[in-house]
Amino acid sequence: MAAITDNRTIALTHFTVSNRDEKPLLRISTAGSVDDGKSTLIGRLLFDTKTVWEDNLEEISKSKVNRASHGLDLSLLTDGLRAEREQGITIDVAYRYFSTPKRQFIVADTPGHEQYTRNMATGASTCDLAIILLDARKGVLEQSRRHSRIAWLLGVRHLVFAVNKMDLVDFSHEVFDEIRAHATHLLSGMDGVIADFIPLSALDGDNVVTRSERTPWYKGPSLLELLETVDPPHVAAAQPFRMSVQMVIRPHLDFRGYAGQLASGWVRVGDPIVALPSGKRSRVKRIVTFDGDLTEAFAPMSITLELEDELDIARGDLLASPSTAPRVARRLHTTMVWMSEVPLDKQKTYLLQHGTRVVPARLNGEALALNGIGAVEVETAELLPYDTYRDNRATGGFILIDTITNLTLASGLIEGEVREEEETLESFSDAPFTPAERRKIRALLAHMKRFGFSFDHEDFEQGEGI
Amino acid sequence: MTVPVLSHLRALEAESIHILRETASQFRKPVLLYSIGKDSSCLVHLARKAFFPGKIPFPLLHIDTTYEYPEMIEFRDRFTKEIGADLRVYTNDKAIQEGANPYDLGTAKCCHLLRTRGLVEGLQEGGYDAAIGGARRDEEKSRAKERVFSFRDREGRWDPRNQRPELWNLYNGKVDPGESIRVFPLSNWTEMDIWRYIELEAIPIVPLYFAQPRQVVLRGPTVIPLETNVKLLPGEKPQTVTCRMRSLGCTPCSGAIRSEADTIGKIIDELAAFRRSERENRVIDHDQDGSMELKKREGYF
Repeated sequence: MAAITDNRTIALTHFTVSNRDEKPLLRISTAGSVDDGKSTLIGRLLFDTKTVWEDNLEEISKSKVNRASHGLDLSLLTDGLRAEREQGITIDVAYRYFSTPKRQFIVADTPGHEQYTRNMATGASTCDLAIILLDARKGVLEQSRRHSRIAWLLGVRHLVFAVNKMDLVDFSHEVFDEIRAHATHLLSGMDGVIADFIPLSALDGDNVVTRSERTPWYKGPSLLELLETVDPPHVAAAQPFRMSVQMVIRPHLDFRGYAGQLASGWVRVGDPIVALPSGKRSRVKRIVTFDGDLTEAFAPMSITLELEDELDIARGDLLASPSTAPRVARRLHTTMVWMSEVPLDKQKTYLLQHGTRVVPARLNGEALALNGIGAVEVETAELLPYDTYRDNRATGGFILIDTITNLTLASGLIEGEVREEEETLESFSDAPFTPAERRKIRALLAHMKRFGFSFDHEDFEQGEGI
Repeated sequence: MTVPVLSHLRALEAESIHILRETASQFRKPVLLYSIGKDSSCLVHLARKAFFPGKIPFPLLHIDTTYEYPEMIEFRDRFTKEIGADLRVYTNDKAIQEGANPYDLGTAKCCHLLRTRGLVEGLQEGGYDAAIGGARRDEEKSRAKERVFSFRDREGRWDPRNQRPELWNLYNGKVDPGESIRVFPLSNWTEMDIWRYIELEAIPIVPLYFAQPRQVVLRGPTVIPLETNVKLLPGEKPQTVTCRMRSLGCTPCSGAIRSEADTIGKIIDELAAFRRSERENRVIDHDQDGSMELKKREGYF
């Protein structure tokens, strides 16, 4: 392949400037309790910004179901599953795309039912801003509290409380103020949160796209005006350099590239780097892309790094700058959002996926059940490079996977590491395993080894426990 | 220090490349489902970028219903050869031998046999544990519900009521033998993003997307180009109309739109003024309420 020796260098503007009237993107999610009108609100946003295709409108006008008291049932625009339309509830997150002359938006419309909280978390995890809907007649409910907390835990720092169904409380200023005071109280303890409050009626369109004459006491923007003008999301490029190695690209003997997407920060040709958890060091020789070599790159670009030295770096390793490298630990304090019907089991070994690294892990803490949120201590089978999730959303979060069912059970946020003197977890190899678990873990380790994962923890691999 | 911002298209590109690399790394035997359409063209282009300077580390699989436009097959063979891709083609020969066709069975049943079953069997025959597709969430409302890594059971079925949680960009690709994951790297792209990216990157696409005078038959509101396999119904007369395809499918099931747009730039301008959806001209999406969801549950993309 001739391209490999072609060191054509391209400018960074190749990635920062695109072709046509491009607009910045804001990813938002909606959350709240059941029947708060989330789907109707999104339907209203899509309808009033003229994003709905005419044939889709015709389709919902023909639908057998219509829950609106007058006119079109706009919630049908987002409830895409038959069961959802039949029951009038949202089961899973639906993603919608719309744009205005100022911005492009991705909206994750998430379910309100407690049963489907994990789907709400799925939608919130990739968002910059969350709209929490409150029913003006009911105020702040348990689900509003849970959703605000989960959104904040997953890294969403901007919450917009949309007090909906104001038409049913005669657009009462007092009711709105009362709910605002109650919701503000709920935010105590959420560091760095930004909150806005808007009175609206999704059904009639008050304060959704245009400001309503029926709320003369409200001086703030409409919901859409707010979404068009909020500060852009926290910029990952301003944080220290982090890149999880996804794969080693080795088309022939003269090239070994480490492919990954920058989770945060900058990297430049000549920069010293450290691979974690091994601690091996080198310097950046080339930043390779299909379009040409770069002299520098920043998050969230996907690149391939060639290093000065031939190091044993594999998928799962985290590359960082030695001066701002993350800490490395095996025992961590975390907060977990439990998403499985099967509760947390201290006797079980789980798989923990952090960046591109997957390691066996054991847990100690509250016996969290479905939708539970709580403090859990984690011990991993090998060292894990980490940031706290307050410092870095990308390297401070992980998921837990069941070794038997392969299901994603929980999301975790790293709070810090367990210090030596805190003795809590029993050792790995003492734990009893069922024969099925042993077979599964053996197969898993063999499988992971084939894909380049390394296991330093000999006890785990060969010990009596397995 | 001023922090630059990645352009919208480059941010989408970076996200898709990340997903493609995760797929290549997490699975034993992935495959890219190549439908020859504009989204597939973007997907293949992104795969070339993801593994550069290496080659695309998985084959491209085309499920050929034998009702494809000849221009598509010609384009497929030329394009995949040019980029050195490993192309595989699968056809549900058994169903065709048994007489499957849209005229006798109706479009819904034909589509089930030749596309859905063809796909499920093609994937089973190849022993693939991950199938990468170009579906986008903005296309259709059941697709709006799909995860990026979407689990399928041994029969290729989707259970939309019980999907795995998917947090941040941490994709769980763990499956047992026989099960698989459908991977959607273009989940967050819109139809407009696709066209702007094709323009930005000068990605080759099938000529059917560009307007030119074509022999067609008008069937209700639908403009059907006269290609091989399209049978005239009693009373129908061929005529010449300047038109193009907005979305590609089988010849009997995909309508053209009247259009003068013969360049990418004109297509983008035209798209900005459209008020109707891309899949409206795909007959099979409208067989019944929730059509796409039902097909997807059976294994359709």
